[in-house]
Amino acid sequence: MALVPAGAGTLLAAASEPVIPNYHAQSSSCVVHNHLFCADWISHNWGPVLWPALRQHIVLAVVAVAIGFAISMTLALAAHRYGLFERPTLFVTTFLYTIPSLALFELLAAPVGLNVFSAEIALVSYTLLILFRNILAGLRAVPAEVLDAAEGMGMSRRQSLLRVELPLALPAIVAGLRIAIVTIIALATIVYTIYDAGLGVPIHTALGEGPFKTELIAAGGLAILLALAADGLLVLAQRALTPWARARVD
Amino acid sequence: MHEFVEAFRFIAHNGAVAGHSQLPTLTHLALETLKVSAIGVAISVAIGVPLGVWLGHIHRGSFAAINLGNIGRALPSLAILAIGDAFLGLGLTVVELALVILAVPPIVTNAYLGVDGVDRDLVDAARGMGMSGWEILGRVELPLAVPLLFAGIRTAAVFVVSTTTIASLAGFSGSLGDVIANETSYHFSGVLGAAICVAALALAVEASLALVQRALTPRGLRLAGLHRTIAAPPEAAIS
Repeated sequence: MALVPAGAGTLLAAASEPVIPNYHAQSSSCVVHNHLFCADWISHNWGPVLWPALRQHIVLAVVAVAIGFAISMTLALAAHRYGLFERPTLFVTTFLYTIPSLALFELLAAPVGLNVFSAEIALVSYTLLILFRNILAGLRAVPAEVLDAAEGMGMSRRQSLLRVELPLALPAIVAGLRIAIVTIIALATIVYTIYDAGLGVPIHTALGEGPFKTELIAAGGLAILLALAADGLLVLAQRALTPWARARVD
Repeated sequence: MHEFVEAFRFIAHNGAVAGHSQLPTLTHLALETLKVSAIGVAISVAIGVPLGVWLGHIHRGSFAAINLGNIGRALPSLAILAIGDAFLGLGLTVVELALVILAVPPIVTNAYLGVDGVDRDLVDAARGMGMSGWEILGRVELPLAVPLLFAGIRTAAVFVVSTTTIASLAGFSGSLGDVIANETSYHFSGVLGAAICVAALALAVEASLALVQRALTPRGLRLAGLHRTIAAPPEAAIS
């Protein structure tokens, strides 16, 4: 206790036993007494702990949604053109979506190994159902008259798809991306069970270390804030990309 | 593949591990998972269904009902458990609270969309036949909303089973997640075996709710609504 900084010393002497052991002799009285939220702990740990975890979390989620989007777009275009693809794709993606994340990560770790690949495969598999359904619903919602008009203007099927159908399906596609990214940000907190990355790492440390409230709130809160921020960004992107739909989307 | 053989052996032995005689059986843990999950789903249904159905019946609050669904999805269950642990300490209450926070949004959103989406002409016809507001709700709107309403409950139930296992990571014991969180005692074969059980349990819950949904859906809707019997976030296409 002699090593506690001078400012905290008087406080400590009067207060009850500290809750958190003062390992490095540099913890503030706020930390030592486990107050609800210690800003100084956050600023100390932002650089070495929280920011790297946040960055890894963003990369994990963005990569998963990007790959998932490419696969879902291919599957949805195939199902849009050849209807018989729809049912098997829905069946498989629903099956994958239903498996709890904790179980899927472990099931993939057995054949693929405890690495970033099994983490990404699991995350990608959760995006497929959401994105496939939304892209297909968007493409199907294009009115038949619009397609007739495109054909009447002499557009080929390919031109009609790229210049008429996909732009009109954009609100539904972005809505799907929104749901997918938010879902994946939430699920990526479990990645730490098989691969040491993401905001799950500080959350796990916090839960393991016991009752230190600041760490629990900071790590958990960051994951929630990230998901809300990503959702907000995509809403803005959706508005910017589809100015004509503003009246209908919201 | 050897790991999978070992995992199935672990399941066949009902979770027995050599040298650890005091560990709970897999059946016991599976039942505990179902119990914790069922409490969570029951509370969520009790809150979410009346709220969503009422909002849909008066055709108000679409913004709130739909965005509630999106916010619910944004909340990582492990983060909720961590924050709940900070404020209240980890126990059954915090776990059930996390389950309810995750399960209420999809239930409200889908109940709302189901009732709100009932053909206005049908409601007018029912009113023309002299039905009161309650009769319209009970005999026209609710039966027609069953497919969507149930799709929400199914989505919620799958989230809840998943989160119940995640609660073990936070240190709450009493689910199959205990095995996954405790590789030291169970070895990787046990972890894998429990993961298989968790996946099977979620699929079984999903399939049995699909059967209940089918039984509750009015016969006339069964064929027309077949595409909806696949559980998923049905609000996905709309929100």
